[in-house]
Amino acid sequence: MSDLASFFLTYQSLFSFIGLNSLLALSVYCTLCCGQLSLANAGFMAIGAYAGALLTQNAHAPYALALLAGALVPALVAVPLGLPVLRLRGVYLAIATVGFGEVVRLGFVNWSYTNGALGLVAIPQKTQPWMIWLALAVVMFALARLRGSRAGYALEAIREDEPAARSMGIPSTRYKLSMFVAGAAIAGLSGALEAHLTYMVAPNGYGFSRAVDMLVYAVVGGDAVFYGPVAGAAFLTVLPEALRGAARTLGLSPGPLRMFVNGAILLGVILFLPNGIVSLPRTLRALRLRKASRAALG
Amino acid sequence: MLLSVEELERSFGGVRALDGAAVQVARGEVHGLIGPNGAGKTTLLNVVSGLFPPTRGRILLGGDRIDGLPPHRIASLGITRTYQNIRLFPGLTALENVMVGAHLVRPGDTLRRMFFLPSARADEARARDAALQLLSRVGLRERAHDRVSGLSYGDQRRVEIARALASSPRLVLLDEPTAGMNAAEVQAVAAVIRQVATQGQSVLLVEHNVQLVMQVCDRITVLNFGKVIAHGEPAYVAGHPEVIAAYLGTAA
Amino acid sequence: MWQQAINGVFLGAIYALFAVGYALVFGVLDILNLAHQAVFTVSAFVALAFVAGGSMPLAIAMPVALLAAGLIGIGLERVAFRPLRGRSDSNISGLISSLAAATILEAVALQIWGPDVRRFPQGTFPDKPLSVLGATVSALQLTIIAVSVALMAALTALLRATRLGRQIRAVAESPRAARILGVDVDRVIAWSFFLSSALGGAAGVLFGVAFNSVSPDMGRSVELKGLAVIILGGMGSIAGAVIAGFALGLLEVLTVVQLGSSWRDAVSFGVLFLVLLVRPSGLLGKAAIREA
Repeated sequence: MSDLASFFLTYQSLFSFIGLNSLLALSVYCTLCCGQLSLANAGFMAIGAYAGALLTQNAHAPYALALLAGALVPALVAVPLGLPVLRLRGVYLAIATVGFGEVVRLGFVNWSYTNGALGLVAIPQKTQPWMIWLALAVVMFALARLRGSRAGYALEAIREDEPAARSMGIPSTRYKLSMFVAGAAIAGLSGALEAHLTYMVAPNGYGFSRAVDMLVYAVVGGDAVFYGPVAGAAFLTVLPEALRGAARTLGLSPGPLRMFVNGAILLGVILFLPNGIVSLPRTLRALRLRKASRAALG
Repeated sequence: MLLSVEELERSFGGVRALDGAAVQVARGEVHGLIGPNGAGKTTLLNVVSGLFPPTRGRILLGGDRIDGLPPHRIASLGITRTYQNIRLFPGLTALENVMVGAHLVRPGDTLRRMFFLPSARADEARARDAALQLLSRVGLRERAHDRVSGLSYGDQRRVEIARALASSPRLVLLDEPTAGMNAAEVQAVAAVIRQVATQGQSVLLVEHNVQLVMQVCDRITVLNFGKVIAHGEPAYVAGHPEVIAAYLGTAA
Repeated sequence: MWQQAINGVFLGAIYALFAVGYALVFGVLDILNLAHQAVFTVSAFVALAFVAGGSMPLAIAMPVALLAAGLIGIGLERVAFRPLRGRSDSNISGLISSLAAATILEAVALQIWGPDVRRFPQGTFPDKPLSVLGATVSALQLTIIAVSVALMAALTALLRATRLGRQIRAVAESPRAARILGVDVDRVIAWSFFLSSALGGAAGVLFGVAFNSVSPDMGRSVELKGLAVIILGGMGSIAGAVIAGFALGLLEVLTVVQLGSSWRDAVSFGVLFLVLLVRPSGLLGKAAIREA
């Protein structure tokens, strides 16, 4: 028992980051599950992080309030942003959300109140691991219960064929906006949680590459079910740690090796395992069945 | 008169797909819409279902104007449809497809499910039963849990019909529902169509299978080049010289 | 005033050259190739390697780098895009696939050349300041503008006057129709990627030379500007990319002068949003949904 406890203590921060990255991946899942490719969540994360940090630092607000603001402020921003932007199809939506993320980042870089590019430091370290896990559990619970509900069916229909879904009376814009706002709230909450864990926020930590990371967690894990993104986030958060040793033995720098492996895994998943690593058991089983039936037929 | 389409015009670029088309469908009527390829039949369905607005003309449902309304509004007013090139949700099973179709008649249950309220479970069970019943009506109960992408075209079309009926619409638009079906399947669909009408719902049926149309429809409208060239009872239309000419012309 | 104009044209020429590559691939495949910026970067490094390591004059190193870029483009198409061709969600999966390829290319560049900014050796290019219409311009800037314009003109000529160009335009219009007419669609797509990547690589070399700075992350900033350019110009339109590239370059320079340098990037994204809200198809883009 004490071995388990010491194991958790040593890797506590790793587990916390797995939790945070899982939340971020799920925030992207919110839009992916109704067919929207949105890269806006790094921007929403930044807004939530700054909102939370400013409240605890400058207003000395209780932490719960800071977290609430971290979730609500991005959600409020998401509404007027989402209404025009969700009308755009596929790639245009993705680009618009990238643009939004850049505008947010540049806004914070140029805002002297928050120290511009240097950001905020010495944020009180108020995040406990249990908070991250609680948030993750609640989000996963909500998404799990959503499946099988009328809204859950509607979201899947919108993802598969939005015009056909609309012709069945499904008000697709309303649903897409709701998921967009939900994703923003989750990303913002994660931002606030992370800010009070790493005790600093800086605009360049919430740029295009952050947005891409979140998307990659969700896609690699599997964006067809709610636990996929969590698996992806866990896998890709642990991977760099595991690769550190490998880099040394291979004589490569750890940074490039990690990038390379990330890219290779993403490519492999999108080409061969489009439903993510959670679909691996199913795919292997299907391959085995096919091989067996081929053998049986001689 | 449930559906009244008046002087409908719709152009795409320079092409006039609909040129003053008109159709009247009464409550509980099965109304056929036939004509050679390119006559504008599918375009008419697309305009009625709200996929795009007419360039000119009016569409009235139960006396209220619906032209120009968005598709989900038109659906909520009681018009559903199937598609010529089948637009089922490929990643979902037959049952799930039909359950999506029931969106308008299923109460929202997201919040209740969060608290595991029994009324939510009851609603879901009710929706599931209704969907299974619809699949039975079209003869596909055994395929309920199969993914639709693995079904034959004929089966897919029948699932699409079940899906269109799931919200108990006032009017169902069927776009070539029997294409690719064998004789037995066609008769099964014919039976479903007649049954729907006896329950007081209306059907606007676009079809190339003229025999089926003669068999199942109360009245027929014939389109050619976006205009109505004849309308009335099946016997009258079948003997109409312009109709015969239009079909003979394209048979060549 | 002329000074700003020249600076704007200079910056715009590089943006335009880069964006044209995006537009070409999007026009033909309906996919946004986010690996374009990685080719941009790698090509700059290749040129640098030949100039610094091989003592090759830039005039020779550049075509070599372009060739390398073009070949990488062909490889990209074969590995990351072709397998996705039949899929229903091919534009989203293509985007993600290109992201993956970009990461791999960047990782390789980072491993080989390290994260630090590198510079071209002294005397690689002429640095003579000239006076044109009362503005100070360096011979380098003029050369870069001339090379960019020449390359874009060459592409336009190719598309308009050669058989390959006609075939590319046919495939961009409708791959199915083109195939029926006997066009080898696979070959045309491969050529499109070759040309697109060669141009992107050219932009990379010119950018590296213009600012005398080559680093593994140089593609990142241009990538996002490039998106603004093709949105403004219209996603599949090469002429649009050219016009919008120059326009954005001028706009950026003017913004720095009027509002200060911290606003320079904001202008691109402001334009991006405005266009997407008001007229998503941009100046010259395809509005309709493409046929299969």
